[in-house]
Amino acid sequence: MNTVDTLALSEYVLHLADNALVLGQRNAEWCGHGPILEEDLALANNALDLIGQARLLYQYAAALQGEGASEDALAYFRDASQYRNYTLLELPHSTALAPTARGERDYAVTIVRNFLYSALMVLVWEQLQTSGDAQLAAIGAKSLKEARYHLRHARDWLVRFGDGSAGSHARAQAALDFLLPYTIEFWTATEVESAAFAANIALDLAAARPHWEALVCDAVLEATLTLSPTQGFVPTGKLSVHSEHLSFLLAEMQSLARQHPGAQW
Amino acid sequence: MTPSPPQASASLKEWPLWEVFVRSKQGIEHKHCGSLHAADAQQALQMARDVYTRRQEGVSIWVLPSAAITASDPQDKDMLFEPAVDKIYRHPTFFVIPDEVGHM
Repeated sequence: MNTVDTLALSEYVLHLADNALVLGQRNAEWCGHGPILEEDLALANNALDLIGQARLLYQYAAALQGEGASEDALAYFRDASQYRNYTLLELPHSTALAPTARGERDYAVTIVRNFLYSALMVLVWEQLQTSGDAQLAAIGAKSLKEARYHLRHARDWLVRFGDGSAGSHARAQAALDFLLPYTIEFWTATEVESAAFAANIALDLAAARPHWEALVCDAVLEATLTLSPTQGFVPTGKLSVHSEHLSFLLAEMQSLARQHPGAQW
Repeated sequence: MTPSPPQASASLKEWPLWEVFVRSKQGIEHKHCGSLHAADAQQALQMARDVYTRRQEGVSIWVLPSAAITASDPQDKDMLFEPAVDKIYRHPTFFVIPDEVGHM
């Protein structure tokens, strides 16, 4: 592999890692606050799966970068302007643009986001399983099983919410209307993604999009919800230009490591 | 068709109770490990996965509506079970079980 490929690979791996960590951190916010005990555990399981994926990816990114890079440094000592996750994943669990209270968390937002993201990641991991990179293929094989369960869990609740009471239907529709436009970012290839794809280590976006849309469409129909148009605004999280929410999330997540650098426990 | 309990209710507080049985490995029977509330059988199965198999406890899960279980009355304990106490000859303790048989 030449230098250009290694650079593209490490940046692409970092993008995957940031996605997993940021959504893992978001979903972990439900720990101890879940709507029912079983869902509290389910979301904590989901968050731990994602953080586990993030660790493997950060370790790999650090190995590719060399020069003393480490998974902890990548996770805890980069600022929002260096994170490459999709904007979708850093948004709070709320359709309010500036939620100020924990009580404003809406489980419909959590479920819809997990559904939209895991539907994508099932396709990503499926493809990476057979990628030209052995390490990424191994991470893909492990993560695919987790993503399939996340998709089943989120899809199941999406249908229950949408096809449930008038109140749950309205909240699921509001969450879908709010989050769907952010998925545009999945399909706008960055230079890193194009280079990674050329090196056979990334998802073929053009080929994957109809599969993802079919997955989403099928579930949304079953949930008696409607898909809103998604033209217009294109989020830029994977280019490291984020919403205001990411820095708050990182501040909470990174504060301990930054106050006690190198701490062991 | 998946079984659904007689009076399934939409209200969270009235979600029916389900009994969860987990098989810890192939060849071993499903063992009762607890119960949970869920709206229907599929959901109960999913929740059982998250609640009862997080620590690699299982390879298979059964759920069934608690309402489907007919239980003996604890007050009938003496009548039902005491008479067996002095009949130790009913235990096949005089046979040697070959190792190959495994779990019995």
